[in-house]
Amino acid sequence: MENINKDYMQIEGWGVDADPENDPTYPMKHRTNEEHKGYHWERSEQQPALVEILHSNERPNLSAVFGTSAPPKGLSGMIRRYAFRYSEGSFAHWIPLIMADRVNVIEGIIDDLKRGRFPNIWAEKGLKARWKYDKKKIFQNIGAGTLLISGVAGFLFWKINTIKA
Amino acid sequence: MRAMNYRGPQRVRIEDKPMPEILHPEDAIVRVTRSCICGSDLHLYNGNVPDTRVGMTFGHEFIGVVEEIGSEVHKLKVGDNVLVPFNIACGKCAFCKQGLYGNCHESNPEATAVGGIFGYSHTAGGYNGGQAEYVRVPYANFGPTVIPEGMDPDDAVLLTDVVPTGYQAAEMGGIQKGDTVVVFGAGPVGIMAARCAWLFGAARVIIIDHIEYRLEFAKNYAKCEAYNFKSMNDPVVFIKKETDWLGADVVIDAVGAEAEGSAMQSITGRKMLLQAGSATALHWAINSVKKGGIVSIVGVYGPTSNLVPIGNVVNKGLTIRANQASVKRLLPKLIEHVKNGTLKPKGLITHRIPLEAIADAYRIFSDKLDNCIKPVLIPSTAKY
Ligand SMILES: NC(=O)c1ccc[n+]([C@@H]2O[C@H](COP(=O)([O-])OP(=O)(O)OC[C@H]3O[C@@H](n4cnc5c(N)ncnc54)[C@H](O)[C@@H]3O)[C@@H](O)[C@H]2O)c1
Ligand SMILES: [Zn+2]
Ligand SMILES: [Zn+2]
Repeated sequence: MENINKDYMQIEGWGVDADPENDPTYPMKHRTNEEHKGYHWERSEQQPALVEILHSNERPNLSAVFGTSAPPKGLSGMIRRYAFRYSEGSFAHWIPLIMADRVNVIEGIIDDLKRGRFPNIWAEKGLKARWKYDKKKIFQNIGAGTLLISGVAGFLFWKINTIKA
Repeated sequence: MRAMNYRGPQRVRIEDKPMPEILHPEDAIVRVTRSCICGSDLHLYNGNVPDTRVGMTFGHEFIGVVEEIGSEVHKLKVGDNVLVPFNIACGKCAFCKQGLYGNCHESNPEATAVGGIFGYSHTAGGYNGGQAEYVRVPYANFGPTVIPEGMDPDDAVLLTDVVPTGYQAAEMGGIQKGDTVVVFGAGPVGIMAARCAWLFGAARVIIIDHIEYRLEFAKNYAKCEAYNFKSMNDPVVFIKKETDWLGADVVIDAVGAEAEGSAMQSITGRKMLLQAGSATALHWAINSVKKGGIVSIVGVYGPTSNLVPIGNVVNKGLTIRANQASVKRLLPKLIEHVKNGTLKPKGLITHRIPLEAIADAYRIFSDKLDNCIKPVLIPSTAKY
């Protein structure tokens, strides 16, 4: 974008209080004001996009390199594509992404089953370690689970009985 | 190769995955000899970072041996022993050129608000990470640093994140001689921040957590005072009292989105995800720092927003400084501190766990079991 006011240095008082010491970014930033030149630096060669890469609409391009670990696919991929129509400042970007993450978990289980593999949730959750170091928590969780299930069952039982009556 | 595989919140496993390949002429492939689990991985593990896709490999703290290099890699050679900063940085963009290596603009297409990070969701670039036997390392001319002769690999692996992050937390505090510094969080990062606060001339360093064994550890390791917020009615009033009712000069948030201590923050931030994690520690930090004081944030939060008393920031005239640590900027100084014994990072390592037991390792670190401070994962390909 071009600076419309080309003569800004002629504005009365321009720069009279400029103080290079007043730089709260020191020492994190070795200020050279490089970025005043805009997006014009010498970029590394562009990594070819051999898989689908979604990019933030707050930039014009893909970064010169990027990861290719898990390209969008399936229903979660559709939701992610939708999310990327919105900027990083928008809940319409992040909430669908979280939803896509949850859908992706179910897709992951289906994928496992398709490959004839039943996910070992106990092992994946590292519950062996909890069993070894924190049995109390396991019993608490089982206790809470039992309480919840019996609560729900009790409620349904009561509901059915009252409906009958 | 064997690699960690994320399956969903609190579900991870080890699996055979294809070997990483050179995808760009400046890439290298590194055989991992040590990697760690970090507090930052817990945000992913808990499913709190948007765009964390099933099937990816986490891990941003690792060292290893260069196995293969791309055609444009001139600064590394096969066989080099390298430590790899957790940030992926090009070294050439306007931000890298000014030392903001945690904010590179050419390493993450998915978000502009964060640079590329190894194994840290697609919001941080979609890279597979180092909790694996092999890993692809982009910008190999710039990021990876040859481990100095004689340096203990356990020290080296902590130089990829924990040491620079703890150090930068203290540095951003702008600590002046005689200052009182409060650190929230006695995890590896908070403990290192407390240790480094002395290097800047603090006169008093106080660390706050609610896990007794960590407080005990911090007291010994960082030579600081340590207090349990569970035994306080109100941590803010406690700090005010401790500082002659004025507040601390500098307060560091080394907790981030997984903070405990406030039911309202935990429910809205961690359970319902209405906030980008729970901001309890940051809330306390803003309220317990002195007027005109400085709050330094290294605790990680998600990309949406958090409930913090911003009005108090204005009325108290606070300075807030925050960033992902700029590892590459700090390495020369920190390597010196480790070499001459000023800092002894490997003392933080309490657990050495085979990569094969990744799920248990996550559980131990996440639930703070078995007095764990920092776990290191050893892949079977590590030859030393
Ligand atoms: N900015 C960076 O570059 C960077 C780099 C690494 C880690 N981090 C972040 O730093 C934070 C700490 O990392 P870690 O590896 O030490 O994690 P950790 O989980 O081991 O430590 C966090 C500690 O905070 C404690 N805690 C929880 N609620 C608290 C509260 N309200 N007040 C005080 N303490 C509280 C926990 O008990 C725990 O001991 C994480 O958010 C991580 O993502 C940031
Ligand atoms: Zn880390
Ligand atoms: Zn850069």
